[in-house]
Amino acid sequence: MTAIANGRTAARSSGRAATGRRIARRRPQVGAHVFLLVLVVYFLMPLWWVIVASTKDAHGLFAGSAGTLWFDKNFHLIQNLQLLFTYDQGIYLRWLGNSAMYALAGGLGATILAVLAGYGFAKYDFQGRSFSFALLLGSVMVPLTALVIPTFMMLSQVHLTDTVWAVILPSLLNPFGVYLMRVYIADAVPDELLDAARVDGAGEARTFFRVAFPLMRPAVVTVLLLSIVGTWNNYFLPLAVLSSSKLFPITVGLGLWEGLASSNSGTGTVSLWTVIVTGSLVAVIPLIIAFLALQRYWQGGLAIGSLK
Amino acid sequence: MAAPTLRRRRSGTGRRRAIGWLFVAPFGVVFLVFLVGPLVYAFYLSLYSQGLATGTVFVGLGNYVQAFTDAKFLNGVLFVLVFSVVLIPIQMLVSLAAALVLDVVTTRLARFSRLMIFVPYAVPAVIGALMWGFLYSPSFGPIGDFARLFHTSAPSILDSNLLFGGLLNVVTWQWAGYYMIIIYAALQGIDPSLYEAAHIDGANAWQIALRIKIPMVGSALVLILVFALIGTLQFFSEPKMLTPMSNGHITPSFTPNIYAFNLAFSYSQFNYASAISFALGIVIFIAVYVFLFVSRRRGRIL
Repeated sequence: MTAIANGRTAARSSGRAATGRRIARRRPQVGAHVFLLVLVVYFLMPLWWVIVASTKDAHGLFAGSAGTLWFDKNFHLIQNLQLLFTYDQGIYLRWLGNSAMYALAGGLGATILAVLAGYGFAKYDFQGRSFSFALLLGSVMVPLTALVIPTFMMLSQVHLTDTVWAVILPSLLNPFGVYLMRVYIADAVPDELLDAARVDGAGEARTFFRVAFPLMRPAVVTVLLLSIVGTWNNYFLPLAVLSSSKLFPITVGLGLWEGLASSNSGTGTVSLWTVIVTGSLVAVIPLIIAFLALQRYWQGGLAIGSLK
Repeated sequence: MAAPTLRRRRSGTGRRRAIGWLFVAPFGVVFLVFLVGPLVYAFYLSLYSQGLATGTVFVGLGNYVQAFTDAKFLNGVLFVLVFSVVLIPIQMLVSLAAALVLDVVTTRLARFSRLMIFVPYAVPAVIGALMWGFLYSPSFGPIGDFARLFHTSAPSILDSNLLFGGLLNVVTWQWAGYYMIIIYAALQGIDPSLYEAAHIDGANAWQIALRIKIPMVGSALVLILVFALIGTLQFFSEPKMLTPMSNGHITPSFTPNIYAFNLAFSYSQFNYASAISFALGIVIFIAVYVFLFVSRRRGRIL
């Protein structure tokens, strides 16, 4: 099967791929495919487990009829989903909505700031530019979680803890996004084009929106995805600054449930484990879909920072 | 507005320079408020100490003296350092090997694998840790199945000496795909005529990979190393999430960040927690800076 696939690809592929193929003859190709399959199995195994486990009832989760990596006799997914979305007055849906809101608001905001700042650094020679940019680069090396506790203290001074702003506002900070945008814009947006637009009478804002912005698209999508993922996945910050469970994002919510289920492993919590497992599955689906749908954009974009 | 300067004509008028600032300003405000602000405030707080009887007193660097003689903090630092030293080579090796293979193999299976290996990056670290926690569990996971097959009891990975390896696995799983994509993209950017030339000179695939490809993606590798180092030294989410499952083996001072979190939110020692946070930030900053200096590639990536 591999040989057929190789033959087909070789017939279609361009010079570069053909070179690679000729260098790595047939036997290494079989080995390479086995290696890749092993990796795929390893990287998908937890996801496979969570899919299978979401279809089991509380009893099957502990003592399934076909082991932990295969489906049980009775298929319980629909009931589990019902339980998940009604448990504790449907708080899960609220957590999911909070995560989406934080990720979109924080991610979009961070991206807009990064695009503007990246453009400013790449295309304007203002006073203090090199110093500010050096400061920015240094800040990429500052571990952002070291800022969480002081940020909490600061926000509590102005009574912003336990509000949505306590999560959204700090999420606007993305120094690496600014760096990516600057590197990309410096190469992808030619000065001559901007000068030509200015000569034609376009103002700075118009030049930015109509001429420069369309050329930045791959980097913008990449920074947007990275920012959204960063905020969606964030745990430390919301855990520190939020205390009412109504405001929790999905990560902190699942953590809360996991703590509850572990601390009293009596009979009442058995169904909580199935809720947690089903909740984990539902929570990972949106971003996986987003990444698969947008792969055309981010696959190239992720290389930006490393090509320089 | 500033008057037009005569010195540098190319960069345009003073008005346009001011506009440069306008583009940078919104980010600048966020930078000052949420990066410089917390750092300065953390340092300020760390200079004080709060006691029930004494109230708030200025202690200078007293909190830092306490931190660097606090066995709990030092053990946490030691743990994340050892963890980084073991983890990063493994991660790099997995992601580099996968990227090199994907660079050569162009079948449909290879494209599919590339996406699937990347998928864990889209899974929140907390949920990734949770899923592995289940897989490790003697009652939920396949390890239990396997042990039952041989009528023995399964080892409990999270509350034994296997914890270190268990955490290594979770983090490798989470990040190797992301690193692989970065390396892969860098490999794709290499001019293929180099391989042709090397091939004519009699180089085989191994030699091309070792002598051409790896050196050519050097800056991508350094970038990944820096990311991995910064990420691992501030290790928090995964061990925090697995704490309830670990039967006490993940202690309240397991990593410096977990320690700072517990000092602040379990014991209300905000001043000492700020000192720990600030010290951790400084330690990481210095570690990364020294690393970049040693690798002599400072100019190439940052």
